[in-house]
Amino acid sequence: MDFALLIGIFPQVLLDGLILGFMYALIALGYTMVYGVLEFINFAHSEIFVTGAFVGVEILLGLQHAGRLAGVPPFLVLLLLLAAGMAVSGLLAVAIERIAYRPLRGAPRLIPLISAIGVSFFLQDLIRLIESIWRNAFNLVYPGLEPLNRRFELTATVDVSVKALVVIAASLLMLLALHLLVNKTRLGTAIRAVAEDQATASLMGINVDRMISTTFLIGGAMGGAAGVLFGVQYSLINPYTGFIPGLKAFTAAVLGGIGNIPGAMMGGLVLGLLEAFAASYLSLLTGGAFGAEYKDIFAFSVLILILIFRPKGLLGEVVRERA
Amino acid sequence: MHAAGVLALLAVSGYAVFVFPHSILAFLGFQASILALYLAPMRRWLAILLGVLALGVLMPAIGTINGYYLEVATQVGIFVALALGLNIVVGLAGLLDLGYVAFFAVGAYLWAIFGSPQANQIFGGGFPLAPGWFFVFLLVGLAVAALTGVLLGLPVLRLRGDYLAIVTLGFGEVIRVLANNLDKPINLTNGPKGITPISRPPLPFDPARLPGVSIGLLYSLYLYFLVLLIVAVVIVVNRRLEDSHIGRAWEAIREDETAAQAMGVPLVRTKLLAFAAGASFAGVVGVLFAAKQVFINPESFTFLESIGVLAMVILGGMGSIPGPVLGATIVTVLNLQILKSLSLWLNDLRNSGTVVLGYNLANLPTQLEPAKYERMVFGLILVLMMIFRPEGILPARRRRRELND
Amino acid sequence: MKTHRARGVISVAILTLAALASPAGSRVLAQGKGTIKIATQSPLSGGQAALGEGIKLGTQLAIEKFKGPLERMGFTVELVPFDDQAKPDVGVANAKNIISDKDILVVIGHLNSGVAIPSSEVYKDASLAMISPANTNPTVTDRGYPNVFRVCGRDDVQGAVGAEFAKSLGIKTAYVIHDKTTYGQGVAEFFKAEAEKKGIKVLGFEGSEERSNFDPIITPIKARNPELIYFGGLYDQAGPFFGQSREKGVKSRFMGPDGMDSSDLTKIAGKAVVGMYYTSVAGPVSVYPQAKQFAEEYRKKFGKNPEPFAAQAYDATAIALRGIAAAGKGGRMPGREEVAAAIHAVKYTGITGTIEFDKKGDPKKALYFVLQVTSDNPEKWGENREVKRLLIASPAPTM
Repeated sequence: MDFALLIGIFPQVLLDGLILGFMYALIALGYTMVYGVLEFINFAHSEIFVTGAFVGVEILLGLQHAGRLAGVPPFLVLLLLLAAGMAVSGLLAVAIERIAYRPLRGAPRLIPLISAIGVSFFLQDLIRLIESIWRNAFNLVYPGLEPLNRRFELTATVDVSVKALVVIAASLLMLLALHLLVNKTRLGTAIRAVAEDQATASLMGINVDRMISTTFLIGGAMGGAAGVLFGVQYSLINPYTGFIPGLKAFTAAVLGGIGNIPGAMMGGLVLGLLEAFAASYLSLLTGGAFGAEYKDIFAFSVLILILIFRPKGLLGEVVRERA
Repeated sequence: MHAAGVLALLAVSGYAVFVFPHSILAFLGFQASILALYLAPMRRWLAILLGVLALGVLMPAIGTINGYYLEVATQVGIFVALALGLNIVVGLAGLLDLGYVAFFAVGAYLWAIFGSPQANQIFGGGFPLAPGWFFVFLLVGLAVAALTGVLLGLPVLRLRGDYLAIVTLGFGEVIRVLANNLDKPINLTNGPKGITPISRPPLPFDPARLPGVSIGLLYSLYLYFLVLLIVAVVIVVNRRLEDSHIGRAWEAIREDETAAQAMGVPLVRTKLLAFAAGASFAGVVGVLFAAKQVFINPESFTFLESIGVLAMVILGGMGSIPGPVLGATIVTVLNLQILKSLSLWLNDLRNSGTVVLGYNLANLPTQLEPAKYERMVFGLILVLMMIFRPEGILPARRRRRELND
Repeated sequence: MKTHRARGVISVAILTLAALASPAGSRVLAQGKGTIKIATQSPLSGGQAALGEGIKLGTQLAIEKFKGPLERMGFTVELVPFDDQAKPDVGVANAKNIISDKDILVVIGHLNSGVAIPSSEVYKDASLAMISPANTNPTVTDRGYPNVFRVCGRDDVQGAVGAEFAKSLGIKTAYVIHDKTTYGQGVAEFFKAEAEKKGIKVLGFEGSEERSNFDPIITPIKARNPELIYFGGLYDQAGPFFGQSREKGVKSRFMGPDGMDSSDLTKIAGKAVVGMYYTSVAGPVSVYPQAKQFAEEYRKKFGKNPEPFAAQAYDATAIALRGIAAAGKGGRMPGREEVAAAIHAVKYTGITGTIEFDKKGDPKKALYFVLQVTSDNPEKWGENREVKRLLIASPAPTM
């Protein structure tokens, strides 16, 4: 057991875990907000996430094709990508709610869930179809933005790229913005009211339908931002990339306490760190018998364990009170 | 009179397939006439007679002309059995299982490991087992899959419906990842390379006695009849379960758990039984699947397959028996035949380079392959069915009343 | 009710007739006696579609050029392409479809060894000959089936060539990664075995199916700091891996097998892979002198440069046509077994060299190349520098 090696890679793994964790946190927000308001798992959120990634790559490829990519300052480009990704994903989420979930509002719980699964599958192939026709390829690569790829060597074994810092910073900013939105604005109060008790909220003059749509919009926008950041960080995307991170982000939301926004953030970070450590250390610890390929099982096992032993999550659930 | 009409349909479409063995539409016509057989009102014995004629005589004959159709029919049979199994869990007991394919995988890998040289990697020798063991393994697969169902059920039974769904999804993925990675430290599943060759069950007679017929065809026919037999058994068992004490207990749980509990239904045991029963069907068919394919790998047991079976149950009708049968047939035919033919047709267009309205068809994007859009099909089925007809096409009568109120 | 039923019968009949009138149906009617079909199975969709398409188009070109002798015998020759999607179960399902069509006498395929191996079990049932332009895993022919052939090299040699070359560069430590497929894991294992025999210390051997996020794998590798990282797999996975490795500051050199051979590698990884070496069993078209004319005809007909393995498919098809012609000398349609036997006897000089099969179906001698990536511009992939060329005899079966 090479302890020097194990300790030596610790800071790098920590950093990897943080990046992953922030991304999961952003995606988890979409799940948790929708669950808080409707008690419903928006299965299609993973596709909303990946749509953001595709919007980003299309813009970048378009800029590259027009020869303008080098000319525009990279942070401006990133801002543009984030804005576009968030807008498209948010609107997509609203549209999905309107078309596939609203007609099923009163039905037994499993019905909208099955519908959500259907939407998820449909969107995966819809993205594939659009990209196949538009670009004759659907495994797309994010063109590198040069300054973002620059690395700083902190120590002999720890490297951090500008990209990683940007991803973390952007996630933090957005989490902060969301926190302010939900807790310090009237809109946020209205959403929390609807999450707590729909009937009373509507009696208070809140347009419940509009609030639900807004929730989807915000959650979708967060997912879209996560998509852009994912593409920037990991370069390669395809229409099916959303499925596993989506599942893990849902695990993170449950881990933190479903419906609980700080819970989702915390759950995302914890899960990201757990996964990074499992992936990097597992093969070293077991001498190669089990390796990084088990990191997905790790996340699912966490889900199962949480649901068995502490279903309310670490910070506790915040879901609608039933009449 | 209706029986005569159906007979005419069977005859015409059967003849069409004989004359045009590669025409997809002729075969679809044949399948449609079997459906007509089910729907047309006629005396029970007559329906059974025509059914035996269609499935037991005409279909194999068609299979002799074009082995591919036999393959389609066998696959339909396998998915019918799977759909009926899932129907117990989702349709009767109301438990949304998104990882059903895991039980299928368990059965398949069981026979794959022991019915091929793969087990030598674990035990050092003595394998594969003689092909006759296949029939024993049908039962072993049933038992192991049922056990897996119980093991899965135990921790998750207390969960709410939507959490249960996600956990079962996770479990399905766990099984797939395990199958993909258990090639070290001991090589159990050979990972993504899959296991081959898997022994097929022994033919009941000596193939040398039929010199002109290829072995491949003989095995295809044999497996087709085995599948038919298993499907028949599954249907009979389902019928019995539906009408039994336990079937009614399942329906009670589905409609209202608290009320059921108040009426004395032991929740935990009943749910476990639902999982185990559903899983056991999948296990049996899994063993058959492995023998039929001669090669399996983890790609056949993905989440897509689970959703596919779910789509079959939902499309066809939850809680009834003809429902999943119809759903399985439609979805399998859609994927295997219609989407594939669309793909081949599109490829023809590209190759021919004809120009339509000024657009050269050779420029059609090569990545546009209709055969790959299974997910879109499943997705559309699920969403549209939920919005417009959540009880399915041929639901149990009670279900329809319950969902249409 | 009666009219309802009658309408049903009539509509089925009309539909059937309509189906026959459609292009798919007319192909059915056009099937007279004496149509010989050559099938291809390769991925026509998905990440490796470019290579799979190349195999199909190479076969198509060869059929058009070499069908003369068969046509003079009174047969028509057709191409029937299939998409195996690089998936074994799709390949097997297509294989069952293929063997049911009695007119198909040869299959040119596959691209992926993991698909070829199970599919060839189906072909063996029908004694249908399969000539592979691209399958490099030894198991494909080591099973000794009389109907399986390949015109390219094998991974046990290719991996060894890679290890030998690494030694010649002075490499002392290496880390081996593979993609867990039959091909990738196979060639990685051969590289590792030979490297260890030559005294290179292999610091780690890991497989992963990951496609996007390689961070957790890269971190331990970087900490171990090998001089060389060998990736047994395909460019669509190696690209992101190498790109991310460089981004994280990994300084090791990179090397890979012929799965790296695609312009998409530089498209994905850019500068990260410039200067890396890869082995190949199919040199760039510029390497084969007779191939210039082939490349020009290919370009004229299909509007693009031939991809790797198109030339191999071209030669494989030419061999297949020769075999069929030899077997069909009597003027009647040959059976599949006869075709397979005839192919064994073919000695053919084509654009990739002189090909003669040994008992297993391997070419008696095969060419192996070591190439170096010279530019991060995907357009310039064809200008990669050939560093070494070896002609090596195929190994005798170890089974």
